[in-house]
Amino acid sequence: MASLRQFKPEESWQAPEGEPIVRIENVTKRFGTFYAVDDISLQIHQGEFFSLLGASGCGKTTLLRMLAGFETPTSGRLFIDGQDVTDVPPYARPVNMMFQSYALFPHMNVADNIAFGLKQERMPKAERRERVAEMLSLVQIEALASRKPHQLSGGQRQRVALARALARHPKILLLDEPLGALDKKLREQTQFELVNIQERLGITFIVVTHDQEEAMTMSSRIALMHEGRIEQVDPPRRLYEFPSTRYAASFIGSVNLFDGYVLQQDDDQVLVQCDDAETRLLVRHSQPLVPGMAVTVALRPEKMRVLGQLDADTPNQLRGRIKEIAYLGDVSIYHVELPGGKRVQFTQSNVQALAEQPLTWDEEVVLGWSANSCGVLTE
Amino acid sequence: MSLKSTLPTARHLIIAVPWFWLALFFLLPFLFVLKISLSEPVLAQPPYFDLIREIEDGFVTIVLNFSNYQLLLEDSLYFKALLGSLKIAGISTLCCLLIGYPMAYAIARSPAHWRLPLLMLIILPFWTSFLIRIYAWIGILKGNGLLNGVLLWLGIIDSPLEILHTPVAVYIGVVYNYLPFVVLPLYATLIRLDTTLLEAAADLGCRPWKQFMLITLPLSLPGVFAGAMLVFIPVMGEFVIPDLLGGPDTLMLGKLMWTEFFSNKDWPLASSLAALLLVALIVPFVLLRHFERRAEEAAT
Repeated sequence: MASLRQFKPEESWQAPEGEPIVRIENVTKRFGTFYAVDDISLQIHQGEFFSLLGASGCGKTTLLRMLAGFETPTSGRLFIDGQDVTDVPPYARPVNMMFQSYALFPHMNVADNIAFGLKQERMPKAERRERVAEMLSLVQIEALASRKPHQLSGGQRQRVALARALARHPKILLLDEPLGALDKKLREQTQFELVNIQERLGITFIVVTHDQEEAMTMSSRIALMHEGRIEQVDPPRRLYEFPSTRYAASFIGSVNLFDGYVLQQDDDQVLVQCDDAETRLLVRHSQPLVPGMAVTVALRPEKMRVLGQLDADTPNQLRGRIKEIAYLGDVSIYHVELPGGKRVQFTQSNVQALAEQPLTWDEEVVLGWSANSCGVLTE
Repeated sequence: MSLKSTLPTARHLIIAVPWFWLALFFLLPFLFVLKISLSEPVLAQPPYFDLIREIEDGFVTIVLNFSNYQLLLEDSLYFKALLGSLKIAGISTLCCLLIGYPMAYAIARSPAHWRLPLLMLIILPFWTSFLIRIYAWIGILKGNGLLNGVLLWLGIIDSPLEILHTPVAVYIGVVYNYLPFVVLPLYATLIRLDTTLLEAAADLGCRPWKQFMLITLPLSLPGVFAGAMLVFIPVMGEFVIPDLLGGPDTLMLGKLMWTEFFSNKDWPLASSLAALLLVALIVPFVLLRHFERRAEEAAT
């Protein structure tokens, strides 16, 4: 998956100096007996493009709505730019939101929609007109200024919503599924534009999305949420390469999981006995583990190579039979059944697959990977 | 042109049904009324000369008599009655809106399981005969009635208020009776209002009162106009309420029409009054259509 931002996956993300622009302290939101957000603490820094990622019902939208002021936390405090805003109503917060449904005012034209927030803060008319023009050109809809929302396409409405939310130059822009209503082609194109606009303005963006690809492409950091809690917070590449929990590993991309227990650990390598794969796997892991501890080995499908035969130089090897092949254009996905019955997935780019001898159904293969290519999950 | 497009389609047939209905039960009767309004009154059964008269040898003559309209325009009584109707209809419509808007708003914003019972309470009075409800108001408003009894007992007043047979009683009766016609269309508009628009307004710096003024109110205008027309148009021709609750000085077109028709047996004059009233109502009706069309445009 391509990220628009460059990070070295091996290094963990370093928080910049100074006060974070958003500080969420032990925030809980309960609806009746349901904990939508369950004791979340999080810090987001100036200029970040921060994504709240998760399946529906994970609490990401509730957290965003608490930042906007539409929901009040049951407990915990929220700080924006050092100010405690927990009890500040939405109209007095230095944040603006772009709604999933866009929520454009149907009785106002595009220019009036964008000027709406500026009128509320009593910006002088000349300045206001200038700001509206600036916003229209930022999202490239100058020609639509006098149209009503119902005369716009979905993509155009999305731009108006973005322009309206940015017009007041908020300290933070909250975006609720900003690309959710667009078709795939337009979505990909708009992802790049959103990142460009965010970098140009330097405003902190907090995005709620259920689309992992979208989050991976745009974010500086992603908070993966699950059942009201944060599973992992990391830059996209680190989240993909080094998931810290089973849920994180399986939510982002595809993964093969092997349950087992620790046999021994030397320096930064762990030997794990995996009964379902009927083998021992060597995995790089620097945190100390206790022998006998139950762990899971996570292995991305694209990290495996097809070996002609068993090879003494490759520490991790599996022998199996190809049961399914799914052709996806650029890559193919192969399902391999191990002798014990467990199935593993591996992918191979089709350029590579065609250069070598093509793999077919029921062919026996040996798959191998290095200790660096997989990880140990303890949760 | 192909054969298919010249043949009537199911679509045309469906549109034809309401047209036919309107022609049969509205246009045709109205033409009768128009015809009578242009004839002369006579002591006979029916009490007017037919427009088309056979003179002799099969010669037919049509006599149009415009004196009824002339009388309506010349005698200030009818103009005063029109003004009286406009005033009562206008003030009642305003009162209905002022009382009905908060009611509709409260119902639309109440928890979902409360809305149906509350709407039922609005419609409930219609289950009792209209006349009985108006007679009930006589019982409440009269000198030794319920209202005066309670006010005297509470010591708020020393002597009974004279409400019955005054314009106030007419307003009370009209507003009471027509309130549901305002509440229902307003409720229908307000319940459809997307509440995220209010969140968006709040997000952009609006306090609750400004959210209402800038978002809720403008977007509910189609409902306001629909409700206003549903009150204004029938009240313009209202007869029963001013007759039963109003006094002799309550001058309204509907009451006058009744007097001309039943007391004076002057069918032509009553018919010309009816025709005039229709003209007076077509103007607001066209306005209503205009706003409805605008609302439809905004909705798509």
